[in-house]
Amino acid sequence: MRQTLRTGAARVMLGLAGSAALATGAIAQEANLVIDGEIEIVTRAPAPDHMENVSEIVSGWEYRSPETQAVQMDDFENPGMIGVDNARADFSAAMGPDGQSCAACHDNPESLEGARAVYPKWDETKGEVQTLEMQVNECVTERAGAEAWNYTGTRMTEMIALISSVSRGLPVNVAIDGPAQPTWEQGKEIYYTRYGQLELACANCHEDNYDNMIRADHLSQGQINGFPTYRLKNGKLNAVHNRFKGCVRDTRAQTFAPGSPEFVALELYVASRGNGLSVEGPSVRN
Amino acid sequence: MSRQFTLAVTVVLISTTVQAEVAPQEVAYGEYGAIDTSLSGAPGDPASGAEIMANRGQGNCVACHAVGALDEVPFHGEVGPPLDGVADRWSEAELRGIVANAKMTFPGTIMPAFYKTTGFIRPGDGFSGKAGTEPLEPLLTAQQIEDVVSYLMTLHEN
Repeated sequence: MRQTLRTGAARVMLGLAGSAALATGAIAQEANLVIDGEIEIVTRAPAPDHMENVSEIVSGWEYRSPETQAVQMDDFENPGMIGVDNARADFSAAMGPDGQSCAACHDNPESLEGARAVYPKWDETKGEVQTLEMQVNECVTERAGAEAWNYTGTRMTEMIALISSVSRGLPVNVAIDGPAQPTWEQGKEIYYTRYGQLELACANCHEDNYDNMIRADHLSQGQINGFPTYRLKNGKLNAVHNRFKGCVRDTRAQTFAPGSPEFVALELYVASRGNGLSVEGPSVRN
Repeated sequence: MSRQFTLAVTVVLISTTVQAEVAPQEVAYGEYGAIDTSLSGAPGDPASGAEIMANRGQGNCVACHAVGALDEVPFHGEVGPPLDGVADRWSEAELRGIVANAKMTFPGTIMPAFYKTTGFIRPGDGFSGKAGTEPLEPLLTAQQIEDVVSYLMTLHEN
């Protein structure tokens, strides 16, 4: 919270400085989050046009304590990078009857730079919106002929963390129009539906009440640009659908399953609310 | 007083209480969401109400509302309005209605209904994430609602 207050104070000062500061724009866009002194992360950006009730989108990083924030600023400190290293080794591991590997087609993880930023996205061949996990499993099963990976298992989540890590700093930019639009609309409807005995929609906390405290928790906008997220709370990398599941469960509702069409749609919609923020995964949160 | 007599009186009191309790589906809300009479048929206990409000497993009211008189309890939230002086702003009947189902007073409010058991979307079995069967158990019992209301009625300004 202190960080947010500090940021807030900085903005007030910018305001006091008047039009000169505003005209440059450069100061307002100065990155608060720089990883290893070189990867600049946009943690605040103007909201995309499709968002009706929010003017500025904010990364969850801004709502964490300075101590937690600092962990993400150094890849040697970020425990999520251990998962990235595991996946880097796995990238060239043989699988399936022909000993295929990710590297057989993609050379190295860096060749997938940019992928994380545009997923979930429409897949013409499959005729559906696919998450990055679905795409990985398509490669694993159809290209390599191996067994599908567990959607939120460690192996998958670490691979997603690796693919995210090479896109860090690039702006999230998922498409919401064209063939993806019906799925996006479905996700939007889920976002605003009040589920469970507590009758809570995503929007109740993450649109209407972000920046407020709920007991000891500082409510964020629920942005997913930082997934997979290493949570200090459970000491591991967390897949975005598992986070969705936890949130819905906490409304005392029957959850949807990770990888379900509902969560795929919700992921597309929530990702689109972060269009303009940087890819951050693997981020660090509490 | 004989033990038998005491027992008889107790039985009468218990049965009276049971008869007087209003089930969640039978609560009569006024036009603006108030509930005129005790849901349990008995008065509330403010000390118990204070505990329910602070307890994460019960009302956990302080998760969203700050309460100055409960400042020994850590981490009060700011999602809902502070409750200091709430007894000056609302009647007992209005507070009972708000605690039982705030949406009858404030349509669209984020506040969960603490005495409602049916009509949910994908109701769960507690916090298990699995499907629940309506009617669910209410979040608070009739007597717990009364206890909370009686505590709220002590929250006068100054």
